[in-house]
Amino acid sequence: MTEPKITAKATDEQLLYANILEKGMLVGLVLMFITFALYVFGIMPAAIPKGDIAGYWNQPVHDYLVAINNNFLHWDHLPTGWSWLKLIGKGDFINFIPVAILSGVTVICYLAIVPGLFRRGDKAYAIMAIAEAVILALAASGLLAVGH
Amino acid sequence: MTKKMLPKLWGLYAALICALTLNPVWALASEAGAAAPVPPASDTEWWVWPVVLLVVTFVMGIIAVLGGVGGGVLYVPIISGFFPFHLDFVRGTGLLVALSGALAAGPGLLKMNMASLRLAIPVALIASTMAIVGAMVGLALPTNIVQILLGGTILGIVVIMFTAKKSEVPDVPQADALSSALRITGIYHEASTGQDINWKVHRTPMGLATFIIIGFMAGMFGLGAGWANVPVLNLMMGAPLKISVATSKFLLSITDTSAAWIYMNKGCVIPMMVVPSLIGIMLGSFVGVRILKVAKPAFIRWMVIAILGFAGIKALTKGLGIDLF
Repeated sequence: MTEPKITAKATDEQLLYANILEKGMLVGLVLMFITFALYVFGIMPAAIPKGDIAGYWNQPVHDYLVAINNNFLHWDHLPTGWSWLKLIGKGDFINFIPVAILSGVTVICYLAIVPGLFRRGDKAYAIMAIAEAVILALAASGLLAVGH
Repeated sequence: MTKKMLPKLWGLYAALICALTLNPVWALASEAGAAAPVPPASDTEWWVWPVVLLVVTFVMGIIAVLGGVGGGVLYVPIISGFFPFHLDFVRGTGLLVALSGALAAGPGLLKMNMASLRLAIPVALIASTMAIVGAMVGLALPTNIVQILLGGTILGIVVIMFTAKKSEVPDVPQADALSSALRITGIYHEASTGQDINWKVHRTPMGLATFIIIGFMAGMFGLGAGWANVPVLNLMMGAPLKISVATSKFLLSITDTSAAWIYMNKGCVIPMMVVPSLIGIMLGSFVGVRILKVAKPAFIRWMVIAILGFAGIKALTKGLGIDLF
């Protein structure tokens, strides 16, 4: 195991992580501005009309989902998990893309540093990084659902 | 005496929250209490609320920077207490507000070696796992219970802000066995003195155990968790203040990510709320950084404490069904 000398400079893994995080953040933020403009300026039609949304957001999430499904989507299931992908052509739901990028970039950061950690024999941190990536991927998968 | 009692009382409150919220009775109560969807009833023009959100979060962003707190801790109690949005959506958005702030600051802090990846990885593993549990529990509980607990937590944060001390470079006589094994140590350059400061941490098992509660509460209330991260990293584990603040900020990008996915997958993300809030907070933060050069931080800090105290009481009374103000 090669232990890196501790200096005041960031380690290679830390820099790699930072660079990926920065790129993901910038892409997510720029896309957020673009997709929101497409939505509010009516360039892309919304699945739930802009004028109606304010009538629903005071309800608990389950009631909100039932109401928008009954009134607008007419699916045989509630629009939860990744089902927003089916509505990607709609102005409101296209905004989920930047949100998913901002929420998902950390998984990529973790996976990117794993090879370097293994190469240096830093097995404990490599395993922790893999475990974190798995946990975040599990949270993102939509498999964990409970309540309401 | 009082100062010795405060951490114990706070720990007791956190334990009580965990015990109460993990009780399966609430899940049944939640199902039973689910009301039938009501038809929409809003006469306000669609653009009014996003504009109001943009303005309010812009001011919030300025205050957050000047007061030294994260956006999430102001966003959730204020927006849920005084706006028509349901707490489910406010918590989902609050996590994204805290997450975006952490994503914006994280890369720079990592590159400067102020945020320590080595310190963050083990802490984040625990906190993010518990944030998922907290988010799931929070979404399963009846809203009024979450609102009451949120009010109690916000008032607890006010107490922490009142009483918690900070230590620039805590005295850590010897690193503990776990932090030594994990080599959680580092050097940072202190620009004000021109010195390189070696740091290490102690009481690592106790610190990691505390992040079980912090992660849970962050996920449950959508608050972010800088208010708790910094005291634990700095005072309990002995990391220098700058390392603690920077690592805490970076940590939120991991902890809040895990909980944000749970809220997103449950449908708690409404773009018309989320995007204006994120833009407002970000623009406010940019302005806040500039005002910080001329503002008096002590006054702002008292103002933040007063706002949080007010919002905490509002959340508590709202949860209890008392229309106080």
